[in-house]
Amino acid sequence: MDFELNQEQRMWQNTVHDFCDQHIRPYAAEFDEKAEPMKMTFRKMGALGLLALNIPEEFGGAGMDAVSAAIAIDELGYADGGTALSIAAHNGLGCAPISMFGSQMQKEEWLPGLSSGESGLGALALTEPGAGSDLVRGLSTRAELDGDSWVINGSKAWITNASLAPVIITLCRTDPEAGTAGFSLILVPSGTPGLHIHPSEKKMGVRSSPTHALTFENVRVPAANVLGEAGQGLYQTLQILDGGRISIGALSLGIARAALDEAIRYAKERELFGKQLADLQATRFKLADCQVEIDAAQLLVYRAAWLKEEGKPFTREAAIAKLYATEMAERVCREAIQILGSYGYSREYPVERMYRDARLMTIGEGTSEVQRMVIAKRVISG
Amino acid sequence: MKIIVCVKQVPDSAAAMSVEDGKISWGDAPLVINPWDEYAVEAALRLTEAQGGDVIALSLGDENAKEAIKHALAMGCSEAILVNDPAMAGADTQAVARVLAAAIQKIGGADIVVFGKQAIDSDVGATPSMVARLLGWPAVTLVSEIVECTQSEIKASRAMEEGRQQVAAELPVVLSIVKDYGEPRYPSFMGIRKAARASVPEWTVADTGIDLPSAVVTWPNVMAPPEREVTNEIIEGSNPEEIAAKLADKIMEEKVL
Repeated sequence: MDFELNQEQRMWQNTVHDFCDQHIRPYAAEFDEKAEPMKMTFRKMGALGLLALNIPEEFGGAGMDAVSAAIAIDELGYADGGTALSIAAHNGLGCAPISMFGSQMQKEEWLPGLSSGESGLGALALTEPGAGSDLVRGLSTRAELDGDSWVINGSKAWITNASLAPVIITLCRTDPEAGTAGFSLILVPSGTPGLHIHPSEKKMGVRSSPTHALTFENVRVPAANVLGEAGQGLYQTLQILDGGRISIGALSLGIARAALDEAIRYAKERELFGKQLADLQATRFKLADCQVEIDAAQLLVYRAAWLKEEGKPFTREAAIAKLYATEMAERVCREAIQILGSYGYSREYPVERMYRDARLMTIGEGTSEVQRMVIAKRVISG
Repeated sequence: MKIIVCVKQVPDSAAAMSVEDGKISWGDAPLVINPWDEYAVEAALRLTEAQGGDVIALSLGDENAKEAIKHALAMGCSEAILVNDPAMAGADTQAVARVLAAAIQKIGGADIVVFGKQAIDSDVGATPSMVARLLGWPAVTLVSEIVECTQSEIKASRAMEEGRQQVAAELPVVLSIVKDYGEPRYPSFMGIRKAARASVPEWTVADTGIDLPSAVVTWPNVMAPPEREVTNEIIEGSNPEEIAAKLADKIMEEKVL
């Protein structure tokens, strides 16, 4: 066994950390307040390879290993939860499906622009106003073949990056009689007539990541825009989500590390009862517990990423990593606020934002409850 | 065009420096590529992007210098050479310049040698000029902009305290680069992968074809500067005008102005 990052991964971690420290972290509070994405950083991220975590080299990608991809999202999360979410969704949800299931033509059309940041960020539309955790029964967006075209009608909700995306990969019901084999992922270019992207949702956290409701009104796209084979959409989605879970776990890890660093810095500066806050046992035990939880989450996230890289089954491990890391991040941010006291509750200090950002992580890309269902199923069946 | 960029490994600028038993220590702070050298690498890469050609990173140092070299490779240098000789530990600037000049001659065929303005550890800033002198090439230091570069001539703008100076020099030439040149690029993941897998040849001083140069400067004693006594005084007043007036009086009283 080896618990150390290799030289390539360490260099990558340092580079992404330095980049985020200069170009993202200083602006996190401002873009949270404005609830706007940091568009000015996207092309710069493209040059580093941050927008091509899941894209093969031949289409402008980095052909990156899963651990390095997790490291990148972790470092982005350390700098800004919202930006990290948009970039995680771009890579894991927007690019990965095209990389994994797209035809040569689809890859050539979309991946170079997405990997450089020139055409925007990728987006995947699964959730609907009436269907989230239960896509199989609840999904009502319908795509019907009409000659050489799909005609799509329905609505989607909580779609990350929709306003930034050149193309929205949309999960549609294409054969209502076929049960789980009746879904397809269809590429819908964002300028297509009949596709309405609603204004950005007003969210508690991850506010620098735009989230939108979508309406499809007789949206017509070529039949060739289906990703892979028609009828495979649900199975493809489940595979995509396994990878996304590692990413959200890594993102949560970054938020928690940032919150703990803020708490440690404050505890070393603040004096009370004639001592430093960091000298009081009540603080020291909190800091120790936070570090233990962060380390545990890191091992779980890296394990899942490593399994993915090795081509081994990782559904159970990704669910465990996401469940633990996301709930851990909320606990660590809570403790960080507690250590900063009133200042922690103020927008003047970043832990308040981190707490709001962390809160989403137990909901997006599969709630904690869904993760427990996934884990329990595998625990019970052995 | 063949460009050699010289890079050095230095303690991180955030490291706390101290003096222990007459030797400078930075504890266990990480070593990084000299920040000025990143600008030099950037300048070298931009020149070859415009002109075609290769950039070779050259460093004199021990095993630790490999990190600086890997950084330069990850930014886009095509190859790298490390001159690693324990006899050079603690060498002075002229000894370093002699070894670098010999290594540059051994590599051969360079049109331009690029340095950062200075290294942040010793802050001497004389190496580029010394290397140029030893090679018999012109030295264009403190370059903030390369106005034009052909196969035979370079026109550059120098950032000096007095203002800007435009100079032209024939190739081959030695340049030193300042911050105004432009932000160095971040290594890409692809660059990092290439750098991590690259093998870096190591030379001793003897391999460069010269005898071990002896130091002409020695440091009989090294001490930390005495700590300055600083006192803070908060000037209070009922309105900004009153505070400003009191501050002005105070400044005059202390003979700061």
